[in-house]
Amino acid sequence: MSNKILLRKGLNIPLKGSAINQIARSISPDILAVKPTDFKGLNPKLLIKEGDPVKAGTPVMADKKNPEILICSPVSGIVKEIVRGEKRKLLQILIESDKRQEYEHSTAPEIRKNGSAEQIKSALLSSGLWPLIKQRPYGTIADPAKEPKAIFISGFDSAPLAADLDYAMKGDFENMQAGIDALSKLTHGGVHIGLHADTFAGSPMHRLERAKIHVFDGPHPAGNVGVQIHHISPINKGETVWTLDLYTLAAIGRLLIKGTFDLRRVVAVAGPKVKSPAYIETLPGMALRSIADMADTTSEVRYGDHVGVRFISGNVLTGDNVGVDGYTGIFHNTITIMAEGNYREMFGWIKPLRAKKFSISRSYFSWLMPNKKYNLDTNLNGGERAFVVTGVYEKVLPMDILPMYLFKAILAEDIDKMEQLGIYEIIEEDVALCEFVCPSKAEIQDIVSKGINIMIKEMS
Amino acid sequence: MKVLKKLVDNIKPTFSKGGKLGFLHSTFDAFETFLFVPDHVTKKGVHIKDSIDLKRTMTMVILALMPALLFGMYNTGYQHNLSIGGDMTFWAMFWFGFLKVLPLIIVSYVVGLGIEFIAAQIRGHEVNEGYLVTGMLIPLIMPVDVPLWILSLSVIFAVIVGKEVFGGTGMNIWNPALLSRAFVFFAYPSQISGDKIWIEGLSSGQGIVDGFSGATPLAHAAAGEFDKMPSFMDMFIGFIPGSIGETSTLAILIGAVMLLWTGIASWKIMLSTFAGGILTGLLLNAVGPEGSYMSMPAINHLVMGGFAFGAVFMATDPVTGSQTERGKWIYGFLIGVMAILIRVFNPGYPEGMMLAILLLNTFAPFIDHFVVQSNIKRRLRRAAVK
Repeated sequence: MSNKILLRKGLNIPLKGSAINQIARSISPDILAVKPTDFKGLNPKLLIKEGDPVKAGTPVMADKKNPEILICSPVSGIVKEIVRGEKRKLLQILIESDKRQEYEHSTAPEIRKNGSAEQIKSALLSSGLWPLIKQRPYGTIADPAKEPKAIFISGFDSAPLAADLDYAMKGDFENMQAGIDALSKLTHGGVHIGLHADTFAGSPMHRLERAKIHVFDGPHPAGNVGVQIHHISPINKGETVWTLDLYTLAAIGRLLIKGTFDLRRVVAVAGPKVKSPAYIETLPGMALRSIADMADTTSEVRYGDHVGVRFISGNVLTGDNVGVDGYTGIFHNTITIMAEGNYREMFGWIKPLRAKKFSISRSYFSWLMPNKKYNLDTNLNGGERAFVVTGVYEKVLPMDILPMYLFKAILAEDIDKMEQLGIYEIIEEDVALCEFVCPSKAEIQDIVSKGINIMIKEMS
Repeated sequence: MKVLKKLVDNIKPTFSKGGKLGFLHSTFDAFETFLFVPDHVTKKGVHIKDSIDLKRTMTMVILALMPALLFGMYNTGYQHNLSIGGDMTFWAMFWFGFLKVLPLIIVSYVVGLGIEFIAAQIRGHEVNEGYLVTGMLIPLIMPVDVPLWILSLSVIFAVIVGKEVFGGTGMNIWNPALLSRAFVFFAYPSQISGDKIWIEGLSSGQGIVDGFSGATPLAHAAAGEFDKMPSFMDMFIGFIPGSIGETSTLAILIGAVMLLWTGIASWKIMLSTFAGGILTGLLLNAVGPEGSYMSMPAINHLVMGGFAFGAVFMATDPVTGSQTERGKWIYGFLIGVMAILIRVFNPGYPEGMMLAILLLNTFAPFIDHFVVQSNIKRRLRRAAVK
């Protein structure tokens, strides 16, 4: 173990329904969505029209500003529908699978051993894997024209009920190693992988070569790559780093070994409303309908009102409420199913016990039962108010950042202050816990998102 | 419960936008959310939220104020009994105090909440819970004989000038409750200083025992009459004249334990305020001539007057206090220092706590500014050394 970094701040939300290490089913989606909204900073230009045949790896969209950046279909079949929203905004491209899974041919394996940085870059761009690499600051698609200071990969996800990546990536060691070999040619700063102190010794990532392993100890958000970067080599003004997840790392390896655009992955289906939480093997963009039967949708009454079920692509902190008719996002390793909170609880705020509720505040008693898991729901547990209480966000943000001042700088649209107070170092997911604990119920991730958009606009 | 829900559902359209009484929408909402935690669910961002909200936070503070309030009621009767040389029982004294204090609380809440509701209505906001605490604090830092009309005026001043002009809860610079007291202090000085006003009935001069003064320990100390001061134990438990809620350090400490246990008040501010007070007291002890105010045992400062009450319930107000964790240490410490300095060196007013907190409220953003700047500098240096 090189250098263990202990993070004391943070919180593991004790949510019921974590997935057991077992593949419940392997899904070959009949229909699959490619969502431009998954990619921050993408200005999509359609390359196909309804009815076109596609293979896995056929470009369906390109970025208008940077047409080298291609978004590709993960599946072979035909383009069934192009879904647009308000102002004709492109929402998703639905592709009907032909179940044959034919791949576009890539020449990547030829450059695996001796390819130059330029060759690897262009292989990643033309294969469609490029947009899965994000850059910091801001978490947008990496800019191929810039060399990053370093590349960071988090080897574990500490979010509530998130997939155990040691398990999910079990069969991908070789692919991940090939990915690292390629990526390490793209930067002089090296490829850095963060692992958790409790599991790192047994983690397959521990044995990866040509990557720098960093060990973190502490609760969520220790697994957030942004938090890890902050403690390994913080981002200062003018610097760029790249980040990617392990799925992308393995997909890069697959491209270089087999020459295929293969995004197959193992993701967790978890949450209090899943009958038997476990893993599934699937492609990103899968319809949640295909796992709808795993959800416990028997009608439940909470506090005298009937509550529904929420289907989330992603975890409960950063995921999208896509609904049972929606499709999974490309960066999500978890599908969470949980109860809605559309009930009215009489005098809830003054009840002394509320044993079904969780709080980090000691005005409740959940701290007495540290091992209890909760069947939480989506109720706001209060109304939105002005910022009143202080010192709460600080408890769950393990970074040398003054969160309240940063948020207020964003609300005031004060660019200098945002820059000075650390907007380069965080993206939405890093402050998700601040939003969870906020007694004023402020939408912190939304605030940060606005701040990042302001910065992108002003700095370009 | 079901019946109530139905009733609320039935009258809700009347109070919603477009309804007959739609202009009372904020007021309706306040009552509805008082009865039921609303059925609002998370829309964007996180899907689950902690169960703490401002209602619960404020409720905890009010619960923490209860020991001080109950003792204050009892002490009102006790002091009155002492002044007339009566022989009231424990319950008679409590009941006497209860009847004297209750109107103050009712007036404070009715007037203050009335303004809050109107302000929320005008802004179209939901009603904020901040006044629930302020409304309890104000009577507790008033003398029991304060006329109700003065109390009303001070509440109006505190809520409008102290809070609403700055944009409402969360935006104010000074602690509204202290502002109300400052208002009475400067506008009606005779109502809040002197020896007669702290004990019910004393100012109207009804049947006082010969030689009974009614002066607070602070007044004795300021006058240099150290022999007349009550014992440390009496001051700690609270059998002394003073504002309703401030006399019993013991009762206040019970509240402090609740606030610290629940983590609602900052332990940093509380601790550093007491530290600032005692260290200043000790310093004065070291340099002060024998028999002077400066030489009074430093520990007495903490149990006299409003020091403990201010440190526990006023200085820790998160809105008007320092908002950075480091700033909280400095802010609290300086409150303690200033309070003692004003007490000892300002002959005009024996109590320094109110002015010390208001002063540091003013400087809290200034303190925070330096903490924020040091964070910024540290971050910049990080870029340079790399």
